Amino acid sequence: MNVITRVFKSLFLLELLRGLRLTGRYLFARKITVQYPEEKTPLSPRFRGLHALRRYPNGEERCIACKLCEVVCPALAITIESEEREDGTRRTTRYDIDLTKCIFCGFCEESCPVDSIVETHVFEYHGEKRGDLLMTKDRLLAVGDKYEKEIAAARAQDAPYR
Amino acid sequence: MVNIEINGIRIQAREGSMVIEAADEAGIVIPRFCYHRKLSIAANCRMCLVEVEKAPKPLPACATPVTEGMRVFTRSAKALEAQRATMEFLLINHPLDCPICDQGGECDLQDIAMGFGESESRYREPKRVVPDKNLGPLIATDMTRCIHCTRCVRFGREIAGVPELGATGRGEHTTIGTYVEKVVSSELSGNVIDLCPVGALTSKPYRYTGRPWENRSHPGVSPHDCLGSNLDVQTRRGRVMRVLPRDNEAVNECWLSDRDRFSYTALAHGERLHRPLIRQGDAWREVEWQTALEYAAEGLRRVRAAAGADGLGALISPSATVEEGYLAQRLLRGLGSGNVDFRLRRQDFAQEEADPRAPWLGCAIADLEDMDAVLLVGSHVRKDQPLAGLRLRRAALRGARVMFLNPAEFDFNFPVAEHLVAAPAAMVDELAAVAKALLEIEGTHPPEGLAARLENVEVHDRHLAVARHLHAAQQAHVIVGTQAFGQAEFSALRALANLVAHLAGAGFGYLPEGANAVGLSLAGALPRAAEPAGRHAGDMTGQGLRGVLLLGVEPEYDFADPAAARRMLDEADFVVALTAFATDEMKRWADVLLPVAAFAENEGTFVNVQNDWQGFAAAAEAPGEARPAWKVLRVLGNFLNLEGFDYMQVDEVREAARAFAGEVEVKAATAWAMPRWPAPGEALQRIGYLPLYHVDPLVRRAAPLQGTPDARADIAWLGEAAAAALGVADGARVAVRQGGAEVVMEARVDAAVPDRCVLVAAATPQAARLGPAWGPVEVSAVKEAVAS
Repeated sequence: MNVITRVFKSLFLLELLRGLRLTGRYLFARKITVQYPEEKTPLSPRFRGLHALRRYPNGEERCIACKLCEVVCPALAITIESEEREDGTRRTTRYDIDLTKCIFCGFCEESCPVDSIVETHVFEYHGEKRGDLLMTKDRLLAVGDKYEKEIAAARAQDAPYR
Repeated sequence: MVNIEINGIRIQAREGSMVIEAADEAGIVIPRFCYHRKLSIAANCRMCLVEVEKAPKPLPACATPVTEGMRVFTRSAKALEAQRATMEFLLINHPLDCPICDQGGECDLQDIAMGFGESESRYREPKRVVPDKNLGPLIATDMTRCIHCTRCVRFGREIAGVPELGATGRGEHTTIGTYVEKVVSSELSGNVIDLCPVGALTSKPYRYTGRPWENRSHPGVSPHDCLGSNLDVQTRRGRVMRVLPRDNEAVNECWLSDRDRFSYTALAHGERLHRPLIRQGDAWREVEWQTALEYAAEGLRRVRAAAGADGLGALISPSATVEEGYLAQRLLRGLGSGNVDFRLRRQDFAQEEADPRAPWLGCAIADLEDMDAVLLVGSHVRKDQPLAGLRLRRAALRGARVMFLNPAEFDFNFPVAEHLVAAPAAMVDELAAVAKALLEIEGTHPPEGLAARLENVEVHDRHLAVARHLHAAQQAHVIVGTQAFGQAEFSALRALANLVAHLAGAGFGYLPEGANAVGLSLAGALPRAAEPAGRHAGDMTGQGLRGVLLLGVEPEYDFADPAAARRMLDEADFVVALTAFATDEMKRWADVLLPVAAFAENEGTFVNVQNDWQGFAAAAEAPGEARPAWKVLRVLGNFLNLEGFDYMQVDEVREAARAFAGEVEVKAATAWAMPRWPAPGEALQRIGYLPLYHVDPLVRRAAPLQGTPDARADIAWLGEAAAAALGVADGARVAVRQGGAEVVMEARVDAAVPDRCVLVAAATPQAARLGPAWGPVEVSAVKEAVAS
């Protein structure tokens, strides 16, 4: 009995046709391939990309040098130095994130009491030299300034769940 | 002992002790804010409420004495409910600014709120805001955070003896502050930073620079006074961030003086020397260690060949480590010279042979508390050794007679039984009068040579009182203090103080200047400690040297006679300075400047006045090429081809120094020898008081300390009679002249200064241009130019 079935199946190429049926189904189905970089997938508001330091609408930097992000960072990628600014407020003099160490876990963002350090939706960045991936305070603030609108929108979208 | 039970655990407690003490001893945690084991009990925070069997309401554990058979529950529902309620009340007015608060991470309130508080606040109303106070350059305030535990208030009243902080207002309107707007001027004020359980009082120099979790603690020893206070040097990434006390009941308990706490700020001073420098004509060149040490060795060898070994000398800071002192003296003696000394501020080397092996205190530091009578000669102990002052204060408050013989009536924060004040030259007669009174009480004959002298000495009531107190006391001690060491009458004062102690059956000892006077004496950094013997510091500066090795010294500040020290260095052919700081003054006379590690960057050993050998390792990295001085001396020894300079570890040097010191009998008292009697002159005498914030190069550069009232240096204090004779009013400008130099200072008229004396502090920028710290001086009024 078994022998007859096997001969029948191989004679009429049944298994091949079954495979081709799946192929054929996808041949006519709607395509989901994205033509990156011309096309892009939608990103979650919680996407964790390049870091940024944000400012308040009046231009004042948000960071208060509490150093919680530094201590929570599992990759020890953040280095902060701080002092009392002339107006008596607590401010950083140095805020470095070494992106070659960062594992994009997002703990820094979660720990921040003033929503200063955030991870933006930007993931298309590169460095040509090693130092290019060391984000200093100025560069982080520049990223924040550039994408503030998008950052604020993403935070607003996620606000009900936080 | 009383048997009690806490949480079902049976423990034995001392009778009269509080529940919280018993719990602490048994390792049972009870939350608290206002209770501190060194302070009185206030019981005003209510955080330590616990349930006691048969008590209707929860009781505060810090104010409930233990009784036989008592059963306490610290974690019962009733106790927890009380603690939660207290926590909620405390947090009503406490701001939620932990992220910017320097106490964050080491905050009692934060920790206890996590352990005993609710996670949600029910309080929606506005919070209270309290304006901050300006307490000076050491303490930063954020009074809104205050929870009114009153630890700082009690510390000021009970420990520091300066009731500068207090609580005003009631209920929610209570605020802590200075009653009138003024800066806190206690020499122990920094301790309130440690005491404050919240972030209301924090360190100003440390403000906003770090977090407790990122600091690493390294045990250290204070380099500023002879007690050797134990401290924790906290560093981050190789830099000293702050200094905290390390508990040691035998030395500093849990306290630390401001000088020890804040001197680290000078480590990053702009004058730090980073690389070795050698002189090339009039220019200075940065060189490698190899070149610098070759140059130094070559120079010293050349001087020895030209002027003989006696032309070489080493002058060492009294705060150098045992290892540095030992290697320096070995180096000099290896070159054939015994000219090595650390007693730079001493003028009077008569009876040098009567010095004890080392200037010990003669009792344990903690024993000062248990004394019944203490006589201090030439000591402003409260400022000189703040933590010894604290012990004496405790004794005085207990009823002990603490007495002083001083060249001016220094202020003390405890009752002083007798304060004998006399011009420096007359202090000897005052002390002789006490000795005479004691001889009368004892009915014995004066020792050899003294009888003739005592005939002219009048005994007054005050001398009799001092003699009686010392004689009657169970435990009595006579101490020669820091200020006396520089005096021109030191040997006579020392001999008589020793005699007074002997006659009264009291102990005898010293409180010398510097962190390591005892250690350096034992390590042989003295001209007579080993063969060959040499000249003492006074002769070295007076008679001059051809080749000089300086270790951690700024001669214009650290010598008895800055003018003479400068002359000696100007005339020397070759000067090697091992120094942490390079100044223009040094570049005038030095030939080689070798950068060495300072304070927390250094490793070595200090020996304190109770003969504790306290070793410490480097906590931070020295800047640039700077190295610990013992390594520099060790390699310099190699370059000079001296034998036995092959140490690899600092411990080996310590062991060698210990072997050199041998078995030591700790005894400061020495046999009587008739001293040279000073002849009081008619001239105006300078009192060269050594102020606490000018004692060594590090302290002089600590900016926060220099901003305190105690650091004021440009004041000449005059007695009323002297001021009237000169026609000088309080606040006027006076010219102080010594030798050829003249310095204009502000005059203050103060009855505390005796007649024919003017107090011009030593070791200050102003005094650096003058002559001997103790000696004749001229003062005249400066005619103010009339503004047109």
